Amino acid sequence: MNKQLFMGVVAIILLIAVPFFFSLFYLNLLAEILILAIFALSLNVLVGYTGLVSLGHAAFFGIGAYASALLAKEWSPQFLLTLLASILAAAAAAAIIGLFCVKANGFYFLMLTLAFSQMIYSFVHQSTTITGGSNGLSGLPSPMLGPVDLSNPVFLYYSILFMFVIVYIVLGLIVKSPFGHVLIGIRENEMRMKAMGYNTALYKYIAFMIAGAIGGISGALYSSLNGFVSPNDVYWTMSGSVLIMVLIGGAGTMIGPVLGAAFIVVLETIVSSYTTVWTMIIGIIFILFVVFMPQGLVGFARMFQKLAIHRLLVSQKGAKSLVNNEANQ
Amino acid sequence: MEKDVILHVERISKHFGGLQIIKDVSLSVRKGERIGIIGPNGAGKTTFFHLLAGDLFPTGGKIYYKGREITNMPDFKKAQEGIVRTFQKNNLLNELTVLDNLLLVLQRKRGMANVWFKPRNARRTPPLFAEAEHLLETWGLKDIANERVKTLSYGEQRQVEILLGIAMEPDVLLLDEPTAGMSQAETTYIVRLLHQLPKDLTVMVIEHDLDVVFGLAERMIVLYDGYIFIDGTPDEVRGDERVNEIYIGKGKTVGA
Amino acid sequence: MDIIAAQLVNGVSYGMLLFVITCGLSLVFGILGVLNLAHGSLYMIGAYVAYTLTTQRFENFWLALIIAPLIVAVLSLIIELILLRPTYHLGHLSQVLLTFGLAYVIHDVTSIIWGSDVLSIPLPPFLSETLHFFHQEFPAYRLFVIVAGVVLASCLWFVQEKTRWGAIIRAGLSDKEMISALGVNIKLVFTVVFLVGGYLAGLGGVIASPILGLYPSMEFQTLILALVVLVVGGLGSIAGTFVASLVVGIVETFGRFLVPELSLFLVFALMAVILISKPNGLLGKKVMKH
Repeated sequence: MNKQLFMGVVAIILLIAVPFFFSLFYLNLLAEILILAIFALSLNVLVGYTGLVSLGHAAFFGIGAYASALLAKEWSPQFLLTLLASILAAAAAAAIIGLFCVKANGFYFLMLTLAFSQMIYSFVHQSTTITGGSNGLSGLPSPMLGPVDLSNPVFLYYSILFMFVIVYIVLGLIVKSPFGHVLIGIRENEMRMKAMGYNTALYKYIAFMIAGAIGGISGALYSSLNGFVSPNDVYWTMSGSVLIMVLIGGAGTMIGPVLGAAFIVVLETIVSSYTTVWTMIIGIIFILFVVFMPQGLVGFARMFQKLAIHRLLVSQKGAKSLVNNEANQ
Repeated sequence: MEKDVILHVERISKHFGGLQIIKDVSLSVRKGERIGIIGPNGAGKTTFFHLLAGDLFPTGGKIYYKGREITNMPDFKKAQEGIVRTFQKNNLLNELTVLDNLLLVLQRKRGMANVWFKPRNARRTPPLFAEAEHLLETWGLKDIANERVKTLSYGEQRQVEILLGIAMEPDVLLLDEPTAGMSQAETTYIVRLLHQLPKDLTVMVIEHDLDVVFGLAERMIVLYDGYIFIDGTPDEVRGDERVNEIYIGKGKTVGA
Repeated sequence: MDIIAAQLVNGVSYGMLLFVITCGLSLVFGILGVLNLAHGSLYMIGAYVAYTLTTQRFENFWLALIIAPLIVAVLSLIIELILLRPTYHLGHLSQVLLTFGLAYVIHDVTSIIWGSDVLSIPLPPFLSETLHFFHQEFPAYRLFVIVAGVVLASCLWFVQEKTRWGAIIRAGLSDKEMISALGVNIKLVFTVVFLVGGYLAGLGGVIASPILGLYPSMEFQTLILALVVLVVGGLGSIAGTFVASLVVGIVETFGRFLVPELSLFLVFALMAVILISKPNGLLGKKVMKH
């Protein structure tokens, strides 16, 4: 327990120190990773913890992004206001969509989330007046935190980092709490949970709203970072990407989605500077993970750890017996 | 309704498309009664439990519990109200430990299920863990508390299944073939446990092992072809020729 | 009235396109239980191969119509043998994810081979004409598509109702043990079905792309539409897919005509409504097993 806390603090300190040692390029990269990590963490609540595989999570990302963008453009670029608007909009959407989706399971849930997210995409894509249609919204005013102009990349980075830490801590609390254990139980065996007296539909609904609201946060941060939103942010391939991040990182863990987001973004950045077949490489890696490492990077690390400990114990035993033998002779 | 009738079933029936599993069943259960339900396969015993527990809803008739009508009350609500069932086939959270399974039952009972900001562990929520430990100790499952359910033997899983039902502190406990697939030793153990259940707990047991059910029940119901064939004392049922007839070809089942 | 008739022809032909595209997906999902997310990609390969055949090799649409689906079928065979056969033990969801990864791979491979320009397939003069019936003008190709769709539907219906393979499909068995119990080699069934699904996808590619076009990411758009049809029509029935294709085709076409800003929205709203009110689709036969 303390070890985890210690590592967490170290990680935060390192992340805070980044702007002092690294160039703007890496800063922006890290900001993007943190945003997508939040997005992946939000989907993980559904997929990893409650066991609901959704192909429509981009809906909340997109709603958060567009809500933030529209508010910034039409009203006020105050960061906290746009963030709040995004959370409210995404939560409201989740409240409505969730009503229909939580009654469905498996394939139906997958298709229904896809359908709703595509409805939102269609609206955003074809409604040129409000949402800018296929061109999206550009030229967004820089976010402001009170009098501070967040167009300064370092300040923006810190704001994003701050949000990431908050989300990570809150979600971390939730998944270890009794409520979190209910979600895990639903993932494992919903019928058993109902027999235990749990209104599983209600819990799934709440999980859906939490996932949606936090997805909205990541969308808002994204639009603040880029100053630009487009319908692509709501397209179902975005839902596919974040699902890949969660699965490659390790669903059902806290650090997994973060690792997955980092892995994908870093890989994309490196690979796309050498070749254009970035999508194919991600496809191959994803296939390899599904077949050989279904527990993701986290599972791989744990297996590695177990193997290393096992080897250590074996070698200790071997060393001990050698010593014993020598002592006995 | 009489004063201490806890469960009253009035002419319930259940169709599945063209198939009618339960045709017309009525009965009144008094608080604390021990009822055994027997009958050949296909008679509708498990379906009857599904209807009582709320997994299925009757196509006709009504069910009353503690004076209130609960015919279409959903399963989780009935469980909250005190009607608890165990499953015929082990239906546990297989990837979790026995302790985890039990904690989920207990945390809801203690009203803790919706706490989202505090971790659930021995350090932060000790009373929960203490109660779990006590229960596991009482029912002899302390040794396997930290084993994952899927690693347990079938008999051990069955014990966990029953323990979860009892831990719910039900008013009506529906046991669906509790000793199914168990060895003689395991069966004896379970029977001993069942005899230790609180006296004011109403228990209904579906069983194929006639020794088990005759030892436990003060009232026997024979279900056949979707009807109640006989509703009487164990002696009455044992002595009734027709019961042997409907069991022809089945013989005595495991545990004899 | 003219306009309505023209839109109707458009709607019905678009529906037939959707049918040709979707029937393979429906078949594979119904039998294997795997939602092949690379189905749009196979469709795309069929279209691109047809493009190459008609513009560079044979310059003959009919030849492309015969050859391209066969090539896609062979590709599907390879995919089934390498990717799916060894991984059935992982479960349906994992295999769906595998097809998703495959779609990503195919995306770049086709991009390398054919580039990312918008292309089009030249039609034989016979099909490029405009025919005149009842004082109306109808593009010949659209009528061809309608005929092709009906013929295909009839063939599939015939196979489903009158043959032994069809009996397996009708029984709606995605339960491997049951099928083996009937003395059928389950591995063979799965491979053949996937191969046929691929063939149909390729066929869809040849027939549909002259109207729908060839452009980057076409496979994802097509896949989405196929999923809509699948959901609306329900599983396990050719008739369901057929009816749903017509419904979606007409809704989309008239939607685009009447409320252009909402046409796409309407299609997905239809999908959602069906999922909510009739999860088994309009003509779906069985409840999905997960």
